[in-house]
Amino acid sequence: MTISLTNAPAATRSGLRLNDILRSRPLVVGLALLAAALFCALSADLLFPGDPRDMVGRANLWPGKDPALPLGTDMMGRDMLAALVHSSRSSLLVGFMATTLSILLGVVAGSLAGYFGGWTDDVLMRICELFQIMPSLLFAIILVVIIGPTVWSISFAIGITSWPQVARLVRAEAMRVSQLDFVHAAMTMGMGHGRIIVKHVLPNSLAPVMVTASILIAHAILSDASLSFLGLGDPGTMSWGTMVGTGRPLLRTAWYMTALPGGAIFLTVMAFMLIGNGLNDLFNPRLK
Amino acid sequence: MTPLQRYIGRRILQSIPLCFGIILVSFALLKLTPGDLVDVMAGESGGATAEYIEELRAAYGLDVPVHVQFARYVWGVLQFDLGYSFRQSMPVSDLILERLPATILLSVSALIIALAVGVTLGVFAARRRGTWIDEGISVLSTIGFAIPLFWVGLMFIVIFSINLRWLPSSGMASVGGPAGGWLVQAVDVLRHLVLPALTLSLFYLSIYVRLTRSAVLEVQELDFVRTARAKGLREWRIVVRHVLRNALLPIVTITGLQLGSVFSGTIVIETVFGWPGIGRLANDAVMSRDLQLLLGVFLFSTLMVVLINLLVDLVYVTLDPRVERA
Repeated sequence: MTISLTNAPAATRSGLRLNDILRSRPLVVGLALLAAALFCALSADLLFPGDPRDMVGRANLWPGKDPALPLGTDMMGRDMLAALVHSSRSSLLVGFMATTLSILLGVVAGSLAGYFGGWTDDVLMRICELFQIMPSLLFAIILVVIIGPTVWSISFAIGITSWPQVARLVRAEAMRVSQLDFVHAAMTMGMGHGRIIVKHVLPNSLAPVMVTASILIAHAILSDASLSFLGLGDPGTMSWGTMVGTGRPLLRTAWYMTALPGGAIFLTVMAFMLIGNGLNDLFNPRLK
Repeated sequence: MTPLQRYIGRRILQSIPLCFGIILVSFALLKLTPGDLVDVMAGESGGATAEYIEELRAAYGLDVPVHVQFARYVWGVLQFDLGYSFRQSMPVSDLILERLPATILLSVSALIIALAVGVTLGVFAARRRGTWIDEGISVLSTIGFAIPLFWVGLMFIVIFSINLRWLPSSGMASVGGPAGGWLVQAVDVLRHLVLPALTLSLFYLSIYVRLTRSAVLEVQELDFVRTARAKGLREWRIVVRHVLRNALLPIVTITGLQLGSVFSGTIVIETVFGWPGIGRLANDAVMSRDLQLLLGVFLFSTLMVVLINLLVDLVYVTLDPRVERA
């Protein structure tokens, strides 16, 4: 690792050094939280084999009362800790899938609009505006109600409401690149549009898209939690939002049933927000 | 026509294709639902003969080609007829108008709280840049973004309604109403308003804190502020009259842009707190799978967002003479 004597932003030095990552507090905390969440998701079956929906003890047991059930049980006698750990899967899955869809749509739309300009740009930006003006949760709710609630339909519904942000970002970059001299030179040489986009527009958009991606995943997890809370979660999988929704009638006597899954959502979303902020600081250091 | 009038006219004209697009999307979603209105009705009444279904279809105009249905739909929307909700036995537009004042009360209160607290904290953070107060406020604003609103609402209920018993936990007014004149009733509504408005304000609050902080930081170092200081004006006066003015425009823009999120927030918060507004109407529609109502709410709220953004734009143009009007 080279020692950098200048204070240039990370993106201008070649590559990202481990040192930069470790120096950014939000990134470190965010990555730690994310590691915890991923660990839960991946090792859920190992740590808590069996169906988390099995009834294992007496209902409404408070956390800390029984060492075998450290986080207590819910109203049906299911192990809260097992349920929490297993639910991490669906939240993370929806978060990643929805964001992947957004990024795919956004990159395609943005690069086409920015690079070709003209009426392609006009039409695509109008469609962008249309999707941005619709209240995203409500639109997602409608889609999930129509298609039926599954992890796939939820990811689709959330993904299709967040692509405009990515599109605008990539479009700006595409517009900038399409003006550059070497692009004109490449076109004179006969380089196809596709190659130019892939070789020049996309790599330059990578940094802002990465930052946006973390924030998008955070939003997707929040939206998924809201959808599940409102009763539109996938009935076949456990998710934190559904846990909050089902625990709500017992708010007076057993508020831990809503507090714990809600806390899990908060920590996971926080992880991605911190990573996004950290990446943003790395790529665009402002005067702090 | 002055350039301003031309600009206003242009903006209004530009909104029309957008509104058309929204109506088109609503109609498409209505049509995409598996099984139409008549199937639902037949199902609920325990079955119907094929001839009866045909008659019903004709009666509800579902037997004509799709583009004719669409034309009728557009015509209906222009007359503020958003369809009929069978579960609630009322026209959708009446249902919406009935609940609209409650939602307006909630969102405006939340906005005011967010503005007051957010701007103050933002200024605080900017003037003490680099100190732990600044860091603390930044952390709080990140938390404000990340926190699930429905969870905060529920935790507030646990703390303030259940344990401390300071505030009521749901509804807009006490059942049966407190005995007394309008003042007592107003106070009752206000007591019910505190928790939901506070919860809803969290999202906007975080945005305003960040925005104000960076706007103040940006403007503090500029020449005209130094001149004001040299003139001997008191610090707080400089901050309020000169520095905050510059923060005003991005705040106004962001408010308009985030309206869709505010409405999404009201759905969740009105559900949690049982607040009788449009958000809870949407939730009821989801529970009973009443798609006419749901899409009516969707169409109405989206068109409202377009309208308010238009108004915000016009306010913007009159406030800031630098904006191009040609």
